[in-house]
Amino acid sequence: MNANSTAVHYTDGPVRAFALAAVVWGVVGMLVGVVIAAQLAFPDLTHGIPWLSYGRLRPLHTNAVIFAFGGSALFATSYHVVQRTCQVPLFLPRLAAFTVWGWNAVIVLAAVTLPLGYTQGKEYAELEWPIDLLIAVVWVSYAIVFFGTIGTRRVRHIYVANWFFGAYIIAVALLHIVNSAAMPASLWKSYSAYAGVQDAMVQWWYGHNAVGFFLTAGFLGMMYYYIPKQAERPVYSYRLSIVHFWALIFTYMWAGPHHLHYTALPDWAQSVGMVFSLVLLAPSWGGMINGVMTLSGAWHKLRDDAILKFLIVSLSFYGMSTFEGPMMSIKTVNALSHYTDWTVGHVHSGALGWVGLISMGSLYYLIPRMFGRTTMHSVPAINLHFWVATLGIVLYIAAMWIAGVMQGLMWRALNPDGTLVYTFVESVKATFPFYLIRLLGGLLYLAGMGVMAWNVVMTVKNGAVRPAAIPQLAHA
Amino acid sequence: MDILYLLIPLSAVLVLGILGVFAWALHGGQFDDLEHQGALILEGEQESIDGHQAERAAGAEQSPGRSHTAPRTEDP
Repeated sequence: MNANSTAVHYTDGPVRAFALAAVVWGVVGMLVGVVIAAQLAFPDLTHGIPWLSYGRLRPLHTNAVIFAFGGSALFATSYHVVQRTCQVPLFLPRLAAFTVWGWNAVIVLAAVTLPLGYTQGKEYAELEWPIDLLIAVVWVSYAIVFFGTIGTRRVRHIYVANWFFGAYIIAVALLHIVNSAAMPASLWKSYSAYAGVQDAMVQWWYGHNAVGFFLTAGFLGMMYYYIPKQAERPVYSYRLSIVHFWALIFTYMWAGPHHLHYTALPDWAQSVGMVFSLVLLAPSWGGMINGVMTLSGAWHKLRDDAILKFLIVSLSFYGMSTFEGPMMSIKTVNALSHYTDWTVGHVHSGALGWVGLISMGSLYYLIPRMFGRTTMHSVPAINLHFWVATLGIVLYIAAMWIAGVMQGLMWRALNPDGTLVYTFVESVKATFPFYLIRLLGGLLYLAGMGVMAWNVVMTVKNGAVRPAAIPQLAHA
Repeated sequence: MDILYLLIPLSAVLVLGILGVFAWALHGGQFDDLEHQGALILEGEQESIDGHQAERAAGAEQSPGRSHTAPRTEDP
């Protein structure tokens, strides 16, 4: 073991910190989600306390699950993957440590300011300008660490997962800086640099590309590393994974206008958004099939391996929501679906199914290895988590599909004399049972996350933190 | 819709940037011998990731994990 004591080691501290943060913030974010789901069914649940009102907790939920849970999982896995595939420690490890503290400070500030009612009123970009500045600093530091690590790599080829992570880091920096441009009026109040429909266009240019680059490209980076590792097989077609990457980033940028169908946005811009959204089906499904086919010839692993179940089922939800999304972007379909709970169901099939399951599967692979083990404390608990979570997702999205289509049909139903058949409140009453089913689905998903948190605590308690030596490579 | 005068040029610049990176990757040999690259992540590093557990197991008994990590970790 002499070689180990003198060898260079991987910088795994930030990986460990972000992996554990992802689990903690996952529990918190999903708990807030369950609370607001309950508020929709029982509006008086929080007795009118302003800090706990739906309008303040909803952005807390979205920020916590997307940026705190998803973001921490992305930080952890990208720091892990870039080191392992480049065979070098992180570039500027202190800056990497700063991203741990900085990102978690952003999350804590969000958890304080959003319930207090401080918001820019931009969906998925609610945080006020001082926090936006901190996000920008942390994100640029992240980019320096990530691309510095790529720049100092010992392996000539840049593995495909790093391309996805790299694109997500650059795109999010650009989106955040453009969309958050604002004139401060006081410490906790600012006005957007854009007005009216201009602001809406920038907002959804940001919003949809956040879906494309944060919630898709970043997690595809996880997919292309952890599925091959867990399956112990190379990705089905490495060539296709490269095509997937370039096709996705070339076509993603202009899908955003589909969030603004039938608004003041020029009609041609809406159509451009629709066409680009439809084009996206091709690279998305190419990537999905590529990931699933990685198990080709070894399908039995899917039966025996709970982590692979997470990873592969997440891909099937990726395929489902990247089919549903382009369909919903078609104007005539959107006329029915927009403003209904169908949209909420679509988002959650992507968020719970794709982003959630791929993160959990990757963390189940990563966490034991970061604490000197090869498996989690309890493998049956991973299985339990998988089935509880999957059942929760199915209940959630089926309830929202039915509720959404029903709402759309009720709102557009006309009497022969041109008056509305239903009042709005009648559609709310009709939705009530589906809100209950959704609440149950959310509770199951949260329960699964609770099982994971217990499993992680036990794994860490029985594990040990030791530096991992970088192997001497023949092919470097 | 003045905002399109910002967003469309921004997208065009971005696409040019992406094309530039693509050209660099193409001519820099990133796409040579692709299928082999996909298999490389399965080699070499597995042992180092799992090395600690192998060491821990080795303390109690000679595990299969140690026998296949040993040649690599003692590599000079």
